[in-house]
Amino acid sequence: MAIKPKPNELLSAINYAPPQKQWMDNPVEFKKGYYCYGAKPKNLEYIGFPNGREWNSADQDWKLVDNWKEIFLEGMENLLKKFRSFRLFMDICVRCGACADKCHFFIGTGDPKNMPVLRAELLRSIYRRYFTVAGKLGKIAGARDLTEDVFKEIWYYYYQCTECRRCSVFCPYGIDQAEITMMGRELINLLGCCTDWISGPLANCYRTGNHLGLQPHTIKSNFDYMLDDLEEHTGVRVEPTFNRKGAEILFVTPSADFFAEPGVFTCMGYLLLFHYLGLDYTWSTYASEGGNFGFFTSNEMMKRLNSKIYAESKRLGVKWILGGECGHMWRVLHQYMDTMNGPADHLEAPVSPFTGTKFENAKSTKMVHISEFTADLIKHGKLKLDKSRNDNLNVTFHDSCNTSRGMGIFEEPRYIINSVCNHFHEMPDSTTRENTFCCGSGSGLNAGEIEELRMLGGLPRANAVKYVKEKHGVNMLSCICAIDRAVLPPLIDYWMPDVGVCGVSELLGNALIMPGEKERENNLRGEPLPGMEEKGEEE
Amino acid sequence: MPTLESEGKSYEVDEEGYLMDWSQWTEGIASVMAKGDGLELTGEHWEVIKFLRDYFDKYQIAPMIKILTKELAKKYGKEKGNTKYLYELYPAGPAKQACRYAGLPKPTGCV
Repeated sequence: MAIKPKPNELLSAINYAPPQKQWMDNPVEFKKGYYCYGAKPKNLEYIGFPNGREWNSADQDWKLVDNWKEIFLEGMENLLKKFRSFRLFMDICVRCGACADKCHFFIGTGDPKNMPVLRAELLRSIYRRYFTVAGKLGKIAGARDLTEDVFKEIWYYYYQCTECRRCSVFCPYGIDQAEITMMGRELINLLGCCTDWISGPLANCYRTGNHLGLQPHTIKSNFDYMLDDLEEHTGVRVEPTFNRKGAEILFVTPSADFFAEPGVFTCMGYLLLFHYLGLDYTWSTYASEGGNFGFFTSNEMMKRLNSKIYAESKRLGVKWILGGECGHMWRVLHQYMDTMNGPADHLEAPVSPFTGTKFENAKSTKMVHISEFTADLIKHGKLKLDKSRNDNLNVTFHDSCNTSRGMGIFEEPRYIINSVCNHFHEMPDSTTRENTFCCGSGSGLNAGEIEELRMLGGLPRANAVKYVKEKHGVNMLSCICAIDRAVLPPLIDYWMPDVGVCGVSELLGNALIMPGEKERENNLRGEPLPGMEEKGEEE
Repeated sequence: MPTLESEGKSYEVDEEGYLMDWSQWTEGIASVMAKGDGLELTGEHWEVIKFLRDYFDKYQIAPMIKILTKELAKKYGKEKGNTKYLYELYPAGPAKQACRYAGLPKPTGCV
């Protein structure tokens, strides 16, 4: 979908001048292109969420249930009791402003309510008013009444936060804005006000095991097409198994990897690697989604969707679980799965069958990241690689917010890229690793109707890509996240075309010298490898 | 909920004009949707729409682009099995525009 304003128009419209009035006196203005459609009742009913109804987020009347305010405040009281971090984050902010200009949405929109401090303040003002003594003083104490307009304001801005946690890196108190946004969204969901884009995948995932609603025979069929392509490119027929009991390892990845481009090329990379190794593993059509839009909804929903992974590992009797390239999936797996749905005592602490490496970091969750697994193989000299097959690519790496800030995966993907590519250039330090800038569309904000917001939120990231493109001639942006693979192509196309987007495992798949392969002429996309272009077309 | 009219019948659609119930689809409503975009549906458009509906009937989802192009090539010739051809027919993209005309729901998730 092409958005109407041209890049230069959108850029010149960014205005950092704050309004004259105090923030509480500036009512929320819903700008088209900045907010999502409301959840359809059938999707909420499917997952047993309350207060589903026909409503339109663009309308004045949201048809909220009569006692909505009581529900909201009671919900907030419960969350404050349940999560000490929430109460702490509500109490301790001194409004120093260190976070203010660290948010990609503030940088992109100039809207002061997108400063993390003020986004939190939208909810904090309610906390003060109803849960502190000083709040009885009202505005002077930073407190305000919960009205329908205030609720809409919270809704509008809590779906303009991608829970990327860049602000929390700079907060001297370590306040985690993502957790505040998660709490805000929990409350929003009590009133049936989820977005359409998030609630659709939730219902699909609950029903079929994946966001897209792919049924077992559809998954199998999609794989068959990918396997045909792989055979065409490499001469090797890869034969993965599905739902196989007794396999050593269960592999779980985002379903977009076996549905949408360029994710399917990443998936073809996994398939080649596992075939190369002779890995004793299986795919599952039940635990067929690594991603978890429950994470963008409520703690309970995240837990329900996540439970399928351990359940399937138990049913199949595998020893441990390997996970593909996904961002938020890994935040859930790394930080919540073990305590939510574990302990997974039916599994063993993961050990690589090829190198003997014990993945100590995954001893408790029993789930290893594909980049850790692959980097370890390369480090031990287990893979035959031909780097020159990626010589047409000049690669940079986008650290996904969740794998970088959420679990500290910095070196492994870079080590893989440098082992399979000759040309790699980093984006500026202030935009990589724990400082990475969000794609602008994470946490369920990859909906088409908010493309203008997404282009602005992704501006800082795109700007850094532009820098390495101009300075080093970078033409490929690699990443280890399925949302990134879906949203970075339109972002990059909008701000400065001619940079591709790929998963790291795709680059690996290109370089991997398969036993018994034919002379490789194409990369995994079916494009000619360097040196294989027809005569006269060589660069 | 917004609606579209065709031959005296009213069809519920979502905010982006996707049919709410794919089983209600008729050729008439596909033509109405196309007309709304200033497109006249030709035989070539219908080939794609028919394929999408048959596929959806079997798999309950729109096909991957890879499958769409491969199968169109098999059925209707190599020159019709590529994304360039599909974009010529459906300028807003085969995944979105053609699926909408075929009455398929909008795909969601990490796509």
